[in-house]
Amino acid sequence: MTELLLEPLEYEFFRHALLASLMVGSLCGLIGVYIVLRGMSYIGHGLSHAAFGGAVVGSTMNLNFYAGAGVMGLLAMVLINQITRNGRIKSDSAIGIVTTACFALGIAIISQVRTYSQSFEAALFGNILGITSEDLVIIGTVTVFTMITIFILYRQLLFSTFDYEAARVSGIKTGVVQLVFSLILTLSIIASMNIVGVTMIAATLIIPAMTARMMTDSFNRMLAYSVLLGAITSLGGMYLSYIFNAASGATIVLFGALLFCLSLAVRLILEKFVLHTHLHKHGRVVHAHPHDSIRNNTPTQRGDAAKTGHTHEHAHEITTVRHAEPAENQPPVKVQTGESLS
Amino acid sequence: MNPAVSLNNVSVSYDSSIIFSGLSLDIPAGQFVGIVGPTGSGKTTLLKTILGTQPVFSGEVRLHGEPASKVRSGTIGYVPQLESVDWSFPVTVEEVIMMGLYTNGRILPWPSRTERQQVRDLATRLGIDDCLSHHITQTSGGQRQRAFLARALISNPKVLILDEPTSGVDIKTQHDVLHLLGSIHRQGITIILTTHDLNAVTTHLPWVICFNHGVVAQGKLRDVFTSDVLTRTYGGDIVIIEHQGHLLIANNMTPYHAPAPELPADD
Repeated sequence: MTELLLEPLEYEFFRHALLASLMVGSLCGLIGVYIVLRGMSYIGHGLSHAAFGGAVVGSTMNLNFYAGAGVMGLLAMVLINQITRNGRIKSDSAIGIVTTACFALGIAIISQVRTYSQSFEAALFGNILGITSEDLVIIGTVTVFTMITIFILYRQLLFSTFDYEAARVSGIKTGVVQLVFSLILTLSIIASMNIVGVTMIAATLIIPAMTARMMTDSFNRMLAYSVLLGAITSLGGMYLSYIFNAASGATIVLFGALLFCLSLAVRLILEKFVLHTHLHKHGRVVHAHPHDSIRNNTPTQRGDAAKTGHTHEHAHEITTVRHAEPAENQPPVKVQTGESLS
Repeated sequence: MNPAVSLNNVSVSYDSSIIFSGLSLDIPAGQFVGIVGPTGSGKTTLLKTILGTQPVFSGEVRLHGEPASKVRSGTIGYVPQLESVDWSFPVTVEEVIMMGLYTNGRILPWPSRTERQQVRDLATRLGIDDCLSHHITQTSGGQRQRAFLARALISNPKVLILDEPTSGVDIKTQHDVLHLLGSIHRQGITIILTTHDLNAVTTHLPWVICFNHGVVAQGKLRDVFTSDVLTRTYGGDIVIIEHQGHLLIANNMTPYHAPAPELPADD
């Protein structure tokens, strides 16, 4: 097993790829939490397409891949924000129009200049094994920059993601927070494009965040789990792609999807057998309490319950969830049904 | 003394439709005010205008004498409609309340010991200390309302604004929430809320604004809640009944189960 893990590390291209995928996995895991919770899952897919168009346009002007992609990505993000500002056009429509138009521009240029088709294939489908030292520096810089920004703006980002209007009323500069988030999102997508490819970047952003959501109900933990899952998925996916000699980007996404299915299955099983409530009736009093509240009851509580009988107060001692209790000593109200309601 | 909220000749519109025009309104400091009116009358827009989140076409909004744009953060506490909250969002009750402290200048993401204590103290005062670690969906309607109320109160605001705090909860919770708001008001905080429940207003609120694209009437409850004012506000035939010192509002319309009028025979 150790040999299997160490063998690919002998190759420099694999070490580069592993490092790049670890950084991209954690980066996408981190930013993906905000994307999922803001209901913008489609944005990763759209922005990567816009950035691709930008990279092609940049090439016609002899610009660096990242410069063209960055300018077009930011331009697309600003356009989407402006179009959706007054609420007349929804964000999914705006993303569809703006980013697909940018992508189409790139495809149109490629169809005119045939020599481009080879060099942009990597951006479309990912070429993790062709990562250069320059790519590593760019990915590393974006990862560190994004992590520091999210660390500093953690509170503002959380509040404005959960309740935009209340955050604004409480004094958070929601416009600035939105702008900074758009910037780090665009940079993250551009940095990840060459690793997983335009076609699969959305999955890399969403899967770790959604898997983490299945595992916890706390925002802090979701953020931590998502970063960790992003890194694990990339690491596992890279080794699996080496073992099965399959495309790295696709293997990473498939491995992530497998982890998501597992977490979903575990969640469903837990909900069925552990995280559910029991209803039971004592005379006219109906109680509902979580499954584990009986298991976790102390003997004293159970003893008290036996002594005191099944009273309203007793119900609150054992459970804090909910109870339904018809008013004691009061006969139920009889409803006369003789008259029709016509 | 400056009014808590002062609107001077304010006009607001969405695209081409005018919500209200040339509105002037003073809400006295320290009042407990209910804004009532039919659906679509502009109550929520009025609240958003006071909150500063609704662009104003013309006029000026002042809070305690200061232009709304210059009011320091934490002056207003805001409780949104519970229906607008994303209940699937992964936050605990403690995290929700903590958000009210997110403008205190602390950069570190995790809460300080003082912040945790502040949250715990306020939660105890509002009776939700036992559910601080619960996810927001694992709480009752009353606990949810209190959690969002705690988030608004934790920065010690001068004005508390609530959008429909009585909607979506049962009559007992409704009473508890308004009772709690009454005790908060007695501590000197101006409270402004919108509601559709006129009978809850008559029981709990001393000052009322009847609103329908403009102020129809405002003042003390018994001065404003007359059959004439409510009929002008809502457009229907509304009657007011006094029962054991309380005002009860009823709609004087034909009940659904009343005998249907006879139709002319079809010869």
